[in-house]
Amino acid sequence: MTKSALVIGGGIAGIQASLDLADRDIHVYLVERDASIGGKMCRLDKTFPTNDCSACILSPKMADCNGHPNVDVLTYSEVVKVEGKAGDFKVTVKKKPRYVKMEDCTGCGECIAKCPTKNIPDEYEFGLTTRKAIYIPHAQAVPRVALIDPTRCKKILNDKCGLCEKACGKKAINYADKEEFVTLEIGSIICATGFQTWDAKLSTEYGYGRFKNVVTAMEFERMMCASGPSHGHIKCPSNGEAPKKIAFIQCCGSRSEKKGSQKYCSSVCCMYATKQAIITKEHAEVDEDIFFMDIRSYGKEFEAYIHRAENEYKIKMHRSSRVACVEEDQATKKLKVSFTDAKGDQQVTEYDIVVLSIGLNPPTGAEEFSKILSIDLNKYGFCDTKVSNPLATSREGIFVTGAFAAPKDIPTSVAEASGAAGKAGAFIVDKNFVPCAPKVFPQEKVTDGVPPRVGVWVCSCGTNIGGTVKVDDVAEYAKTLPGVVYAAKSMYTCAQDTLEAISLAIKEKDLNRVVVAACTPRTHEPLFRTACRDGGLNQYLFNMANIRDQCSWIHMHEPEKATAKSKDLLRMAVAKAMLLEPLEGSKIPVTGSVAVIGGGITGMSAALDVAAQGFPVHLVEKGANLGGSSAKYIGTKYVIDGVNMGEFVSDLIKKVESNKLIKVHKKAKVKDIPGFVGNFKLQLDSGEFPVGAVILAIGASEYKPTEYNYGKDAKVITLSEAELAVGKGSFKGKNIAYIQCVGSRNDKVKYCSRTCCADALTNAIAIKKADPSANISVFHKDIRTYGFREELYKEAASLGIRFLRYKDGNDLPGYDGNSVKAFDTILGKDVEVPVDRVILSCGTAPDREEKEELAKMLKVPISKDGFYFEAHQKLRPVDFATEGVFVAGLAHWPKFMDECIAQAAGAAARVMTIISKNNLISEGIVASVNENYCDGCGICVGCCEYNAIEVVEDGAGGLKSNVNPGLCKGCGCCVAACPSGAMEQKGFRNVQIQAEIDACLDLKAGV
Amino acid sequence: MADFEPKIIAFCCNWCSYAGADGAGVARLQMPTNFRIIRTMCSARVDPEHVLRALSKGADGVIILGCHPADCHYIGGNYRARRRIALLRMVLEQYGFDPKRLRLEWVSASEGEKFQNTITSFVKTIKELGPTPLMGVE
Repeated sequence: MTKSALVIGGGIAGIQASLDLADRDIHVYLVERDASIGGKMCRLDKTFPTNDCSACILSPKMADCNGHPNVDVLTYSEVVKVEGKAGDFKVTVKKKPRYVKMEDCTGCGECIAKCPTKNIPDEYEFGLTTRKAIYIPHAQAVPRVALIDPTRCKKILNDKCGLCEKACGKKAINYADKEEFVTLEIGSIICATGFQTWDAKLSTEYGYGRFKNVVTAMEFERMMCASGPSHGHIKCPSNGEAPKKIAFIQCCGSRSEKKGSQKYCSSVCCMYATKQAIITKEHAEVDEDIFFMDIRSYGKEFEAYIHRAENEYKIKMHRSSRVACVEEDQATKKLKVSFTDAKGDQQVTEYDIVVLSIGLNPPTGAEEFSKILSIDLNKYGFCDTKVSNPLATSREGIFVTGAFAAPKDIPTSVAEASGAAGKAGAFIVDKNFVPCAPKVFPQEKVTDGVPPRVGVWVCSCGTNIGGTVKVDDVAEYAKTLPGVVYAAKSMYTCAQDTLEAISLAIKEKDLNRVVVAACTPRTHEPLFRTACRDGGLNQYLFNMANIRDQCSWIHMHEPEKATAKSKDLLRMAVAKAMLLEPLEGSKIPVTGSVAVIGGGITGMSAALDVAAQGFPVHLVEKGANLGGSSAKYIGTKYVIDGVNMGEFVSDLIKKVESNKLIKVHKKAKVKDIPGFVGNFKLQLDSGEFPVGAVILAIGASEYKPTEYNYGKDAKVITLSEAELAVGKGSFKGKNIAYIQCVGSRNDKVKYCSRTCCADALTNAIAIKKADPSANISVFHKDIRTYGFREELYKEAASLGIRFLRYKDGNDLPGYDGNSVKAFDTILGKDVEVPVDRVILSCGTAPDREEKEELAKMLKVPISKDGFYFEAHQKLRPVDFATEGVFVAGLAHWPKFMDECIAQAAGAAARVMTIISKNNLISEGIVASVNENYCDGCGICVGCCEYNAIEVVEDGAGGLKSNVNPGLCKGCGCCVAACPSGAMEQKGFRNVQIQAEIDACLDLKAGV
Repeated sequence: MADFEPKIIAFCCNWCSYAGADGAGVARLQMPTNFRIIRTMCSARVDPEHVLRALSKGADGVIILGCHPADCHYIGGNYRARRRIALLRMVLEQYGFDPKRLRLEWVSASEGEKFQNTITSFVKTIKELGPTPLMGVE
């Protein structure tokens, strides 16, 4: 019997893992301890470095997960027992009593209005506001169902009251509800239980809990958030006034030896604090200071974000400063922050609000949880994993993703979640695997010949739109447009409640067109289309107006004009919607194999992950051997993160070469990869191979230095040369200087290469341990040993390795052949260190030319920095916008081996959601011929890039064009070329585009 | 012409320039409000007739934004758009329109900033040219 997968934890990682499993037709139970899924991300206002609204990008996934036919979401539930073994677990889940019948509750809120028990601190808002004894966790809760707090409900406590039962028209209240236990048959398990934030009360010197205006970053996030208690208006908690000066204190509870603090770096706080400072500045006139030791902006486009904060937003960055204490002025409640400035002088500055950048700790109850699952925790209390197998726990068949394994950011968690889904899937998919049946939608209503009845939803998107555009006015305006029979505004149109309202309104108000004025169709159209289908409406009878990206966000300071423009865009969208027709996609067969380009660690891992689910892989390597940039370690004894790199890479190569499903093509150059999702043709010199999907894992290389007389001065070597020398036992040097950021963080290469700090310290520690008399100095701008790699920094320092911070900018430390010189910004003076060995920590070079070649073949973009540019930086980290093409490893961004392996697993799992199916349904927006007008001239044939059009005899002696909808990609090129107006593009018909033009110019549509 | 606020239609292809416009939004890059985007799947979907219709019904300018050469999501659609627009500009001139009222530019999915600069400069050009010559013509 085919078993289900179990995902524990309903935050972004758990949601993504569930969706990937479900899209691979595996049934999933998603168990969440809280009453709503969404986790911590749900509470965030914006996300770095794109400043995407967190709710906007997460809500669609929450809705998708909850509505997915292959996912059973068990909220307010906990796993209490796990028996059996991998492939055959028996898991007992405790469902906590909600006292409200989930299947009957509509989330209308009548009960809440009547409940007399008020003023209970609202946990979701960290007590910044209150709730009642019966409540819905928050406005965007999924599922949107009420629950009763049994510790406060008068009826449950003393059998008094009972008002909510009377108020509920659906008779959903059940005071006698009891906890319930269910046993599930499970093949594999994914732990995605996330993290908890550090308890700020533990650091008494900052006065949290004593001083009203000292808040944690999570509380501040709620204060910033449009759906938060103050609707996004930041006010001083002491008096409700707008703050003029805010301080952010970094490393609260992280990177500290103090009792109750954690030794590791929490990885995300530098970025989230900067984000909070930027967003606050966008909304109010305020001075902001960030106090930190190192700024750790190591991720994709993070460095540019920090520069913007500093230079554009004028946020003051206090480098190398740890705040000693915070004191409160008892009369004014203002806060005095004592710190050491860059010159080493003691300073005291007054602030209205102090935000504590609290670190990430293991989730509450991690220890008990680990015992239930029989998995090991590491010394910090996080789930124990290995660098060589980062998604596996210590127990077979149980995997981990997200912050439960280590503090990490959202994209890493998402990529890992996909990876864990792939790994977990391999324990469920066997030769007897029975895939879940596809979702059945209600019968679509007939719209042919029926006058359009348009329903319009205008989204406020928290304050993203509503903060600039007068959403009420736009919704009122919508009602005046021809064809519109219903118009409403909503806080988050993409949230579950509004999606359900759309489906319902299609039925109840007999709508046959739906228009949403909100954000971009590129991310949100699929979600709204599904809502249409759920309501029994053909999904192509939907249209969007993008009043966020095209109005509120780019005309922030012109609310009147932005509102007028929103009305125009809505009018255009409605005009087009009136003319939309129901469409059907066509079935396209899928080739069940994959091309992985690049035979390094990432490519090999991805190939093995795909093969583990029984699908063949073509692994293409340009070199004579597998191993990529890690092949150099073979034959050495070099150890990184406890892994003997040479052995590890050799093992991996052996596994790949002995795997019957993997065909390795060495010395192979990709000539071209024409085709489209499900049907690519991998063209090599050795032949052509059909594949359904492509993973780009072509890596990157070490920057080739021209600095420091490299290549001419024998003392000067690169870090990777030093690694090999250490690995072979041939390293020579007594007085050693590491120069960080060679080929990174300058005017030409603006980004941080992420791995050089930890890699240099690993190397320095190995040298120092082998020869304690060695004098080692590390010249750096910041030390960015994020996460548990902070241990390296501590170890290095304790071994007597010296750290000298030189000035950020283009200038590297000087070198005259005998000594390295730099201005030490901490000591505030010039320092000179005699050297017989200079090791250049060279950054990662993207190899742009090579990337461009493949990018052109596959139509995928490259970022400013020269790495591949994924579909969405936060939530689609391994996907490209081009369907069927994925990215992993260094081709995406510099990263450590464990991160590469996890990302490779992620890409493999995403591939699986495509190639595991026999057919795909294509888009319906293909070209079609009106045979009455076509005279078979064949101009369209010549301009079609996909050979989708042929001219055929029409049986009456004439010639007509004929479009193969399976091959047509829906570009519409032939339509514009057709001289007789016979060619049309469904969904983008001439009349539809004309209607938009006319509506834009304020003319009656269709004139 | 200080208070002249032109009406501009911008045709954006789904894959590059519309995404670039979204990128400008995400980065909160501020720009003039004078343009309205019509999304097509490819710049090659923009029929010269669409441009003529827009201009004849009172648009002060039309800008078509596509993927960079060789980066077209549909292989070569942008090249076709380029040829069509080049021809169309000649036609427009013959009908008394300044060909500067029609512009074609390439904006990739990661070029929010280029989107901002392109729109800003086109609005400036149209402001300098003044209202459409059809203004007041029945």
